[in-house]
Amino acid sequence: MTTTTPLEKDSQSEVPEKGSTHEHADHRLFGLITFLIADGMTFAGFFAAYLTFKAVNPLLPDAIYELELPLPTLNTVLLLVSSATFHRAGNALQKQNSKLCQKWLLITASLGLAFLASQMVEYFTLPFGLTDNLYASTFYALTGFHGLHVTLGSILIFIVWWQVKAPGGQLTHKNSFLLEAAELYWHFVDGIWVILFIILYLL
Amino acid sequence: MTISIPPSNPEPLKSLQPKGWMRYLSFSLDHKVIGLQYMVCGFIFYLIGGALASAIRIELTSPMSDFMARDVYNQVLTLHGTIMIFLWIVPVVNGAFGNYLIPFYVGARDMAFPRLNAVAFWLIPPAGLMLISSYFINGAAQSGWTAYPPLSITTPAAGQIIWIISVLLLGGSSIFGGINFIATILKLRRPGLKLMQLPMYCWAMLGTSILVVLSTPVLAGTLILLSFDIVAHTGFFNPELGGNVIVYQHLFWFYSHPAVYIMVLPAFGLVSEILPVHCRKPLFGYTTMVYSIMGIVFLGLIVWAHHMFTSGTPPWMRLFFTIATAFIAVPTGIKFFNWVATLWGGRISLNTAILFSCGFIVNFVLGGITGVALAQVPFDVHVHDTYFVVAHFHYIVYGGSVFVIFSSIYHWFPKATGKMLNENLGRFHFLITFIGFNLCFAPQHWLGLNGMPRRVAEYDPQFTFVNQISSAGALLMALSTLPFLWNVFHSLFKGDEAGDNPWRGLTPEWLTSSPPPVENWNGEAPLVTEPYGYGKTKVPEPLNQIGTKD
Ligand code: HEM
Ligand SMILES: [Cu+2]
Repeated sequence: MTTTTPLEKDSQSEVPEKGSTHEHADHRLFGLITFLIADGMTFAGFFAAYLTFKAVNPLLPDAIYELELPLPTLNTVLLLVSSATFHRAGNALQKQNSKLCQKWLLITASLGLAFLASQMVEYFTLPFGLTDNLYASTFYALTGFHGLHVTLGSILIFIVWWQVKAPGGQLTHKNSFLLEAAELYWHFVDGIWVILFIILYLL
Repeated sequence: MTISIPPSNPEPLKSLQPKGWMRYLSFSLDHKVIGLQYMVCGFIFYLIGGALASAIRIELTSPMSDFMARDVYNQVLTLHGTIMIFLWIVPVVNGAFGNYLIPFYVGARDMAFPRLNAVAFWLIPPAGLMLISSYFINGAAQSGWTAYPPLSITTPAAGQIIWIISVLLLGGSSIFGGINFIATILKLRRPGLKLMQLPMYCWAMLGTSILVVLSTPVLAGTLILLSFDIVAHTGFFNPELGGNVIVYQHLFWFYSHPAVYIMVLPAFGLVSEILPVHCRKPLFGYTTMVYSIMGIVFLGLIVWAHHMFTSGTPPWMRLFFTIATAFIAVPTGIKFFNWVATLWGGRISLNTAILFSCGFIVNFVLGGITGVALAQVPFDVHVHDTYFVVAHFHYIVYGGSVFVIFSSIYHWFPKATGKMLNENLGRFHFLITFIGFNLCFAPQHWLGLNGMPRRVAEYDPQFTFVNQISSAGALLMALSTLPFLWNVFHSLFKGDEAGDNPWRGLTPEWLTSSPPPVENWNGEAPLVTEPYGYGKTKVPEPLNQIGTKD
């Protein structure tokens, strides 16, 4: 067995490792994806609970649990469109068109806020409250948890917008991690909504 | 070529971290500092959890609840279980050894996300302190580490809510850790190092982290729903309000069966590192080891309902979960035989590290056998919620994971501190731990088979004598901590110098100084493509011995 010195140069290609810890390639997006898988599992747990409740726990005799479709359908459209507009914003940044990028970001954020507003309208018009019955509780827990995600996402979009806008801002086409991360997160939140819409409103 | 050592960089790197012992109290980003933070913090909680266990065993020396009031007993029991699982074993087998070793094993200077890493650690002390302080404020939670409703909804709310918040924080810490390990193992590997050349502990940590990322969030969601039931009086798990307690059990065990593997898979990995070094033979069956870890990860996610055979679980489900559980014994058995085969014919040095590892193998087999027995419905219906289950999981969790933690401390203490632990004291420590452990938990099989329920402060007087034997064992276990603590403190100051590679190991952490410099190597990382080449590869001289001790 041999002990070779020095190390052949050709074996080190992808990762520049020259001294400092913080110089390796950027794995933050990978980390974010792992986190979103974890986050998705929380939703999966909630969905599983809801479906099991539905399968084995009959609605109590005088309980009201009726959902109207128009508003949530509008919500679905809002979020799907916002996914597309966010994508536009990303493209604009790649093309180094900062103004356009900002415009699309603001549109995306407004769509997110519109979603939240319309969700609030739904909450206040529903004929049942959080503790009325099992389904009501599960409905509010699920949509509320998702709404929390939308809220965080909207705040994130405003931060991204600020960073693109600010003079000498840190977000450029070369350093667009924050935008990519926010976009990925936003698509995730939209995807969850579609599943939620199907399970909660359509099934 | 199995090991190549790049030229050492004569100029030591500038240290970016605080120096001296103060750095262990700082928000340090160095993976070795964070690893030791996890270790020491975990050990302090182990001592607290151990004191609680002693209180439990003192109470159980007599059939009446004379040492503690019944509700105090419930609190002590809940704190004991929660502390031992969430603040001692999980953070130590994952956080402590994972953070210390994984960057070495993949040839990196740190974890992928050093800042996230520090955040993950610093979530633990406040969560632990909060949990313990709940005892002094309004009384701690009383519903056991499982927090089954309706018990957890009907016992005093304050303690239960604090319990939930602490576990959520600890779960978050665990998820952040898991994300970091996955990214480090898959993405930070040194150029030239292939996945199938990684030391086994990396595979164990990869598998464990996958379990952490997939299952811990489900526990978090479940506990959030439970807290709604307690605070907002929703009825998710409250039958009086039309809710369903069984759903809680399913969701809870969807996390908590994987959790038992989160506690034991890293221990498997550590044993696989320790055995080859001390018997000077390659690890037997590397590839089968890797596949059995991944098999355990997969099967571990689909066996949870074997904890629920008496919860009105329908027959088809019982059948499925019995069979799935039986299957998990196969990869587990493969690993067991691989360790035995590694030892077989080796030049074994009977030092403390290998004694504890062998103790682990013995205890783990016993716990595994009772586990397979418990997975059989007709047997489980008889012994569920009795002391038989307590015996089973302590054989795994203490006899398995804790024995491995001690083995690993004896093995890596010289690397982390530069000092050797005293071997004679160590062997003595092993002896009384092993005897005390078996004396404490073996009789509990008999107690359970004869019908003594678990988690109750009082019992039928016919069980008195056997309980006293068990308590005597517990006393011995408590005492066994003393020679260990003495050994650690004495060796830290007066121990023999360890040198850089006292065990003549081949894995990368041994190829640098003891303790290692801040960014692990002064030059580039060594490339070790055959970490278990004992008997084939000459042990190389460690790197950067001069002027690098920090
Ligand atoms: C060889 C594989 C194993 C099998 C087949 C197995 C099987 C079982 C079964 C069927 C139970 C339920 C008993 C009951 O409550 O009636 C159980 C309980 C338990 N097992 Fe295992 N087990 C195995 C390995 C492990 C491992 C590796 C650990 C931990 C590291 C572990 C920790 C536990 C714990 C903590 C409990 C009790 C949970 C509670 O109710 O508080 N087991 N095991
Ligand atoms: Cu289990």
